[in-house]
Amino acid sequence: MAIVQPILDDKTGKRVEAQIASGGVSLSNLIFKWALLGCLLFSLLVLGVLIYDVFTDSWSVLSSRLGTFLANPTRTAADESGIFQGLRGTFWIGVFVIVFTFPVGIAAAIYLEEYARDNAFTRLINVNIRNLAGVPSVVYGILGLTVFVTLLKGVYGDVALSRGNTTTAGGLTLAILALPVVIITASEAIRAVPDSLREAAYGVGATKWEVIKSHVLPYAAPGILTGTLLSLARALGEAAPLILVGAVQGKLGPRTGFFGLDQLGEKFTAMPIVITDFAKQPGDSWQPVTAAAIVVLLLVVLGFNAVAVILRNRFEAKREG
Amino acid sequence: MTTSLSTDHPGGPEALLAGNPRRRAREKAVHTIVTLAAFTSVLITVGIVGSLVFRAGEFLVGLANPSDADIAEARGPIGFSNLWSDQWAPRFFDFDIKTLLVGSLIVTVIAMAVATPLGLGAAVYLSEYADSRVRKILKPILEVLAGIPSVVLGFFALRWISPNLVQRFFDSEGQSLLAAGLGVGLLTIPLVASISEDAMRSVPGSLREASAGLGARKKTTTLSVVMPAAVSGLVAALIVATSRAIGETMVVFLAAGASGNSALFTVSPLERGSTMTAAMASQASGTDGTITELGFGSLFFVGFVLFVITLVLNLLADRFVRRVRHGY
Repeated sequence: MAIVQPILDDKTGKRVEAQIASGGVSLSNLIFKWALLGCLLFSLLVLGVLIYDVFTDSWSVLSSRLGTFLANPTRTAADESGIFQGLRGTFWIGVFVIVFTFPVGIAAAIYLEEYARDNAFTRLINVNIRNLAGVPSVVYGILGLTVFVTLLKGVYGDVALSRGNTTTAGGLTLAILALPVVIITASEAIRAVPDSLREAAYGVGATKWEVIKSHVLPYAAPGILTGTLLSLARALGEAAPLILVGAVQGKLGPRTGFFGLDQLGEKFTAMPIVITDFAKQPGDSWQPVTAAAIVVLLLVVLGFNAVAVILRNRFEAKREG
Repeated sequence: MTTSLSTDHPGGPEALLAGNPRRRAREKAVHTIVTLAAFTSVLITVGIVGSLVFRAGEFLVGLANPSDADIAEARGPIGFSNLWSDQWAPRFFDFDIKTLLVGSLIVTVIAMAVATPLGLGAAVYLSEYADSRVRKILKPILEVLAGIPSVVLGFFALRWISPNLVQRFFDSEGQSLLAAGLGVGLLTIPLVASISEDAMRSVPGSLREASAGLGARKKTTTLSVVMPAAVSGLVAALIVATSRAIGETMVVFLAAGASGNSALFTVSPLERGSTMTAAMASQASGTDGTITELGFGSLFFVGFVLFVITLVLNLLADRFVRRVRHGY
């Protein structure tokens, strides 16, 4: 190997000297660093403006008539309108995601990580799931409209004045929308379980399912929970698919009941749809009501998000420590 | 313990090794259940593609052979030429798809012009500059931004960005594609940031150390070593964000200002307009006075075009992401 000759002509020497003399601080480096920090802080500033703006707008409603705002249905007058039906729809959508998406998603992840052999079928499923995660949400609405609304048209008989655009159709549509994200995050959590844990369980004679049930799932549980909570939050904030499925924008018949199973066969709306409807109303009187509805939705969605992030950070710290 | 591992088991040693039949049955049942669960995802894809192809096809057939009801409603002849005019207005049988494509393009370009520098900048800072204490605080806040529902950003674009930014600095009356594009851009910042940060953090530290050892400053190391090494991931981040921006519905539906479900062809971001997604949402919400069968069917046709575009982008991004994984 040839010995590399340092090239120390005048120019290089002077530059090196200058840089040493400057104490290691270079202006362009500093500018670069602050520009990067600026990008980050600007994004956070926007978040701050958004939240501040929404809260100040909503204050007149939240401070004076929180009770009626939560309990009233949508009315023609802004200062009487409430979000009761929106909350009800969002609650039921959450139920569908928890009951359908969580078990199916986790089971699919178990298959992909623990059972699947590395063959064409597995690769197909993997590519398929990654692509499903990228399908625009409004396209899931088309699936809901074509399949669920059509299938459910006759199911609830004359209970529903609907044409199939029931809570069930909306709930199933969002449950399916949330599925790919649950599968992907649960797979990642299961993949992170060290093999030594599985081998130890096999070593004492456990079967595959016993290994998964008693070792893999408990270890992966925090990661799985984080992913499921994030996907639940995402589903509860979605509006576009519900519009396609036929969630009611505007007034919805003054039916009572919240938790009753008969809601499954009724027409429905949800918080994001209520917000859309309020936001589209002409006139400034609707702005505080819209903002108040947004605050309620943000509390729910960001609440789930925060719990998920805190859980993850906590367990990450524990594992590393 | 009474279990003995001797060979004098009633069924002989084979029966002993075969194990408990109930345990074996349970193993089999679990295997079947999880396989079916994984297969659900294939069914979903089949459902999506099937309903899109079937109903978009129905629309095109209806265009070629219009029903009597549609002919009675339409003011002019119905045919494939209706797919190319100067506006998107299903009510008048004007299905000019280029209006929506250009609308989507404008919104996406504006969104990416916002999200690319801000998202990448934030990612570089978090991955290369922030010490772990700062990172622990700032990153979750960025994740909060990612969790904000798009309908909220739609309201923000309509009620804050439009009056405070667009109408103040540009000659625009009310709602515009620009306001919608800015809103979509804000929505995609966290996505760009989180994917590209992952890509840069997966660059091994030894590369940075080698660069520093040669005397490079942090900026040089970041720009000429870390970012080139992570380029596949960065490209993937931008493609995924583009795909998300094209597919974003609610911000455009609220802030772009298409009245009813009709939009004139425009190339100016300062005008009202519509995108593929917003057109679908308005068609479905039935703000149009009369909903003709053909008019409603256009929703599926637009959905099909949207699906194909995002699918191509997602497949492309997937290739880049996998290149990162195989890299190190």
